Amino acid sequence: MLGRLTIDALPFYSWVAMGGALVTVLIVLLTALVVTWAGKWRYLWEEWLTSVDHKRIGVMYIMLALVMLVRGFIDAIMMRAQQAIALNNEGYLPPEHFEQIFTSHGTIMVFFMAMPFLTGLINIVVPQQLGARDVAFPFMNSVSLWLTAAGAGLVGISLVLGKFSTAGWTGYPPYSGIGFSPGVGVDYWIWALLVSGVGSTMTGINFITTILRCRAPGMKLMQMPLFVWTTLCTSILMAFAFPALTVVAALLGLDRTVGMHFFTNELGGNMMNFANLIWIWGHPEVYILILPAFGVFSEVTAVFSRKRLFGYRSLVYATMAIGLLSFTVWLHHFFTMGSSPNVNAIFGIATMIIAVPTGVKIFDWLFTMVRGRIAFHPAMLFTIGFIITFVIGGITGVLLAIPPVDYQMHNTTFLVAHFHNMLIPGALFGYFAGTQFWFPKVFGFRLNEFWGKMVFSCWLIGFYLAFMPLYALGLLGMTRRLEQYTHPDWQPFLLVAFAGACVVLVGVFSVFMQFYVSIKNRNEHRDLTGDPWNGRTLEWATSSPAAPYNFAVIPEVNSVDAFWEMKKKGEAYDFPDQYEPIIMPANTAAGVLIGLCGFLVGFAFVWYLWWLAILAMVSAMAVVIVRSCNDHGEEIITPEAIMAIESKRKAQLISVEGLSARGAPA
Amino acid sequence: MQSSPILYPKGPVAETERDLLFLATAIMLFTLLPVYLITFWSCWRYRANGKGAYRPDWHKSIFVELFIWAGPLVIIVVIGVLVVIYTYRLDPYKPLVSDEKTFRVQAVAQNWKWLFIYPDQQVAVVNELAFPSGRPVNIEITSDTVMTSFIIPALGGQIYAMAGMTTHLNLEAFEPGRCTGRNTQFSGRGFPHMVFEVQLLSENDFARWLDNVKKANKRLDSMSYQKLLRPATKYPVEYYSWVEPELFSRIIAKYTGASGALPLQKTGSLE
Repeated sequence: MLGRLTIDALPFYSWVAMGGALVTVLIVLLTALVVTWAGKWRYLWEEWLTSVDHKRIGVMYIMLALVMLVRGFIDAIMMRAQQAIALNNEGYLPPEHFEQIFTSHGTIMVFFMAMPFLTGLINIVVPQQLGARDVAFPFMNSVSLWLTAAGAGLVGISLVLGKFSTAGWTGYPPYSGIGFSPGVGVDYWIWALLVSGVGSTMTGINFITTILRCRAPGMKLMQMPLFVWTTLCTSILMAFAFPALTVVAALLGLDRTVGMHFFTNELGGNMMNFANLIWIWGHPEVYILILPAFGVFSEVTAVFSRKRLFGYRSLVYATMAIGLLSFTVWLHHFFTMGSSPNVNAIFGIATMIIAVPTGVKIFDWLFTMVRGRIAFHPAMLFTIGFIITFVIGGITGVLLAIPPVDYQMHNTTFLVAHFHNMLIPGALFGYFAGTQFWFPKVFGFRLNEFWGKMVFSCWLIGFYLAFMPLYALGLLGMTRRLEQYTHPDWQPFLLVAFAGACVVLVGVFSVFMQFYVSIKNRNEHRDLTGDPWNGRTLEWATSSPAAPYNFAVIPEVNSVDAFWEMKKKGEAYDFPDQYEPIIMPANTAAGVLIGLCGFLVGFAFVWYLWWLAILAMVSAMAVVIVRSCNDHGEEIITPEAIMAIESKRKAQLISVEGLSARGAPA
Repeated sequence: MQSSPILYPKGPVAETERDLLFLATAIMLFTLLPVYLITFWSCWRYRANGKGAYRPDWHKSIFVELFIWAGPLVIIVVIGVLVVIYTYRLDPYKPLVSDEKTFRVQAVAQNWKWLFIYPDQQVAVVNELAFPSGRPVNIEITSDTVMTSFIIPALGGQIYAMAGMTTHLNLEAFEPGRCTGRNTQFSGRGFPHMVFEVQLLSENDFARWLDNVKKANKRLDSMSYQKLLRPATKYPVEYYSWVEPELFSRIIAKYTGASGALPLQKTGSLE
């Protein structure tokens, strides 16, 4: 009945792990208690969990990402603390726990922090930038969210029941095979990836369709905001790359669960097939994470330089070139497998060609700043911090793309430093910048700038302190994933890296402090105009927060920077005398239920609870069928209701003085 | 940084790899400098009350576009040429050119130790690799467990070791000395200790070392090999004065189905 689930599943093997489990359970209980105490379960369910509104789904994605950011960061600082003290001793973490931590850190940060964060930003912004009322498939959007959350839930529960994988976030077999990792850890990893991966694939499909089919009338492809372009590219990558991940995780699952031999040592299994497949997903994944951030930087640079984006066409071509090239370079992840110099040289060159469009983008942002009027808002600070830091990562990336250099650097902390150098400034800084930038659009008030600058300073300084020593350690020959070591000359660098992690800790604290302070003083930071930064694209044409239907009247677009153009012509704040009724999708519980089933399927396969697996799969199908038979999936917003909302906005706009003086300066 | 095996190499392969690293870094600085200069210059000049002229609609310039596409392209072409030249020159499978006779070693990754078989001397050693300096060394590498990666950073290169497959490294040491090698691919609990010492010896010292090994009076045959294969961390250096011929290919045969295979062990947990 209970499969392999016994009392041994509880983490008695280490007091640190036990502590982590207890804290997790406590936080979940506490959250439930607070919601009950506030009497908000009904509100939460009806307004949020079952919502198909792209803005609310986006907010839930970002909240998931922030929770997972904390979890992933705790893993990071635990690793840094262990390595700072583990010279010739075992440190404070037992080996099996350390191994779980580096695996869960990577898995969480990529799949359950970065992915939800960027998907959340895309959800909030893209339909509004397109002048659309919602995404192409609102219900599918809700399913994607809840499948992602289900995957995150599987990683979360592995902390309490059983262990997580020790095979690293890429889970190379045969180590991750059942022969060498017989526990439930790798199964948790596989099912978290499988369940959330389906969600990501659907997100990709959803946004390709949204961008190609739901643009405001008149908006040509070459008039789309840059963030929409990078989203289109990211979505295409998601739709094409994630199936490879699903396949490779499923094959490994078959190896483990039903005794097949795709990747084992014996019976013709070949681990290099796994390496190929996982990086055919994994390399585009890097660009899935980075491109939306590039989109944010494009928007932020133009708005805070008060200037039109330099080289719009170059930026678009560079984006699409990066997307295409990202599929041609996966082999650089294993130059050291012993392939011929022909193969290594070709993949080396293909890899460094990506530096060309990336360099073009950097210069385009810089020339957007030139001849502008730069305002150093936290979002802009993140952009500048990104540029000067990302260049270093780009250089070390080109170095690693030279096969003979990679022979020395592969699997060292130099590599670890390089990819953190790409992903922290290149992705996370972009997401933070986006949060600073679009927060008022979602909640109707601006974020506190002092704490925004704290977030920026701590993450920037913390980054340099934490990762520059890792570059040096790589040159000193330190391998990654070492839970203890014997070289005394490594320790000073590791202590500095730990200090860097502590600075980042203050940065993580500041993220939440910024929210707290801003919410507390929200009345001082109200955004009455819907356009707090004198923006250029359509999302600033709506009220803050935007009405459920975004645009009461769908705008006509005929230029880049559509809203800027409207302001220039003085048409930005025109109100019609009457409105057409608007049809919007109704909320549905189906998304949550499918997510729950996804979680149960994963959990059941991890513990060999076959009855539960079958039950959950049948239930998921039943939910889909019932939902498909539902003819009342929509609700109509009447012209009167629209008029009421829009009149309120009109009154609000009139109360703001000097609005007519805004827009494009002479 | 004096202790860095990568920056202070002990062999021609690692030395060329290091020089390539320096050369490529120097070239790449040509991208870093303009980016930094333009960033700080524009942040200063075009700040809210800076002196720069404000041209809100300036968004294209053929001259600038040419510069930003051509600049990175030229640098990548230059480095691309380096990639082609050096990838062939430093191909780990390519035998090194030398007047001296190539020295042969076979390396087998286990949990969590390295077994070195000297096919020409008919001896085997655990967790210590010795060979004469000034002579090219050809190392044949395989794994009798999960995937690992073999590296001696002071001599250069690294390559994966996989069960049922053979990979090769060709290295050489300038002069006598010592350095370390290790597995860099995470392989379980004993991974941090999967390190071995490399002794680079003069021909005389190597002969003496070999005598020492021969004195050990231990034989490595199929039986004792199975015993050695048991997982162990911090396994001490161990000498075998005699090793069964063809042991290396019989280990590989375990996974390829070729004849003469050693018996497959039940895979043990590495957790």
